[in-house]
Amino acid sequence: MNLFKNDYFKDMDLADIRDKVETGERLSYEDGVRLFKCPEPLAVGALAHRMRTRLHGDKAFYVINRHVNYTNVCVNGCVFCAYQREEGQSGGFVLSRQDVLDKLEAAPLPPREVHIVGGCHPRLGLDYFEDILSAVRERYPDAVLKCFTAVEIAHFARLEGITTREVLTRLKAAGLGMMPGGGAEIFAPAIREQLCPRKATADEWLAIHEEAHELGLKTNGTMLFGHIETIENRVDHLIRLRESQDRSHGYTCFIPLPFLTENSSLKIDNPLTGLEELKTIAICRLLLDNIPHIKAYWVMLGVKQAQAALKFGADDFDGTVIEEKIGHEAGATSEQGLTCSELEDMIRGCGCTPVERDGFFNEV
Amino acid sequence: MSELVKISDKVLSGERIGFDEAERLYAEADFYDLGWLAHQVRMRKHPKPDVTYVVDRNINYSNVCVCCCKFCAFFCEPGDKNAYVLSFEEIGRKIDETKALCGTQILMQGGHHPDLPLTWYEDMLRWIKKNHPVHIHAFSPPEVVFWSEKEGLPVSEVIRRLREAGLDSIPGGGAEILVDEVRSRVAPNKCPSDQWLGVMEEAHKQGLRTTATMMFGHLETPAQRLEHLFRVRDVQDRTGGFTAFIPWTFQPDHTALPNCRKLTSVEYLRTLALSRIVLDNVDNIQVSWVTMGPKIAQLALYFGGNDFGSTMIEENVVKAAGVAFRLSREEIRRLVQGAGFTPRQRTMDYTLMETE
Repeated sequence: MNLFKNDYFKDMDLADIRDKVETGERLSYEDGVRLFKCPEPLAVGALAHRMRTRLHGDKAFYVINRHVNYTNVCVNGCVFCAYQREEGQSGGFVLSRQDVLDKLEAAPLPPREVHIVGGCHPRLGLDYFEDILSAVRERYPDAVLKCFTAVEIAHFARLEGITTREVLTRLKAAGLGMMPGGGAEIFAPAIREQLCPRKATADEWLAIHEEAHELGLKTNGTMLFGHIETIENRVDHLIRLRESQDRSHGYTCFIPLPFLTENSSLKIDNPLTGLEELKTIAICRLLLDNIPHIKAYWVMLGVKQAQAALKFGADDFDGTVIEEKIGHEAGATSEQGLTCSELEDMIRGCGCTPVERDGFFNEV
Repeated sequence: MSELVKISDKVLSGERIGFDEAERLYAEADFYDLGWLAHQVRMRKHPKPDVTYVVDRNINYSNVCVCCCKFCAFFCEPGDKNAYVLSFEEIGRKIDETKALCGTQILMQGGHHPDLPLTWYEDMLRWIKKNHPVHIHAFSPPEVVFWSEKEGLPVSEVIRRLREAGLDSIPGGGAEILVDEVRSRVAPNKCPSDQWLGVMEEAHKQGLRTTATMMFGHLETPAQRLEHLFRVRDVQDRTGGFTAFIPWTFQPDHTALPNCRKLTSVEYLRTLALSRIVLDNVDNIQVSWVTMGPKIAQLALYFGGNDFGSTMIEENVVKAAGVAFRLSREEIRRLVQGAGFTPRQRTMDYTLMETE
């Protein structure tokens, strides 16, 4: 960003925001809304890129990871979900401990990060999850087990009649290393009510993450955008997450998730376009000044868009993945998995330096 | 750095840049600077925020080809069980469907078929003009050279005969990389670069407008991509006949070059921007949603692109190489609007359509 004339950001009415980004000053809610309303996506992208470069230089991270979905049976029935089945419905499944191990074994490289999430099954007790965690930990003692969203944790607590803190403590003892950021969707209650009325509320979601942080577990955060929410809802979501991080300091990575319309029963009049996705990713970077990493999640974005996202504020390219189901059933057309050399080539092709990381974002 | 600023000032003042300067821009300019610079050039050339598109259909009259290019997943050898040649009636039916969808032209290309004489093509053109009149944007320089050699006729004569039979314009396909060292490795049986450019120059002389393409991301170096741009610029200086330049990336799946690294969207955008900056004498730069997908195509409108290409009611060649994006006319309009531009339907020569 050397050739831009000085008045470029002034012309966009973003000079004050540019100055804040330069000096590392925190952006306000109003700044976030103004960035969304800026007609020139490259202006927003350039600011996010500057912030990302200050934090991470030209590094782009990736991890050898593996996703396992233990069940698609879920009592929540969120309107946007293309993955969920009712109990007893055809196509519903529950993996056994051995199935989980078999799936991990089938990966060409031992994963450094194991991502296990599933539906809120009405009858799977906590012992089932403890059993899976112990088995995976025994088989892959060096892998970080990044499992169960806050929504699942809340569900386990309800089923068992114990507190979420007890659930987290028991799962941690069984091997849980980290929590993924799913289930956050959009925090605004009015939107949540329409989207996922039976899911844990925003306050519950945030409280569980903060509890996990207190117990020494790192977590991620997400935002599902591009459905029925407004720009203000997005900014509100990011600010709430930022405040949560100010309190508990345990969020490692934030993953902006574009809503995929293909196989969802939720019909959207004007679905997201590519530039809106990139702009949103950039604004996530700019507002979340206290969360170190922003993920370009290629499964949901598509590989080419994820590459561009590395220039719009993202610094993490996720990983090899190998087998992904939730996004693909929603209509994602990306590859099922990528090899390390493909990931490294892509990152280099984008002018970044590939850095392999573990689940905690330590360089390996 | 001051060197980059100097080059940038030159571009901004409308002055032409040389090969070394272009090379420096590609190697050293930041992603955002390159995009911004290309966008300034685009807005100077086209001050209105219009983004044009054409409604047409690719009709591949045959997939039989003796060229055997290493990057191609579409062709069949003569006698292959999947080999086909479309009947005139089938072509006519496809044209009628195209016109029913507000199409203004057909883009017609095929392989280098060893058995079809030039008269077959003349008959086809005449039959179309008589029974299903439409703008025929067809063939490519390698096809023209192939027929000229097969029939023992000069290229100018082949073009004259095709034009008289109804050919309206020529798409810029088969250019690949216009550097023979690369061509001889990826398309050893296709006409060399001088002949490719020669056909276009001759077509322009005879009053046919054409486009030019570049397929990059296989065996060429970035410098050879630049060489391609400068060769196109030279011909355009003499003829002014190219309406648009269309760079797109090689898709390696199902080809004889499967191990080529797929170029990233970032490299595509940088190359697109450079195309806009170097080709100061070509009015229109097309973005390639067919190879890059609709998301990157939108972003490309800020990297020098001012044309969204075609609706491609039918597309077969890129699809055979493993990439199949589909976009309706309505979706193209929505994407263009979503990027902050006004969608305008156009014809081949970039005349805007009145009815929207």
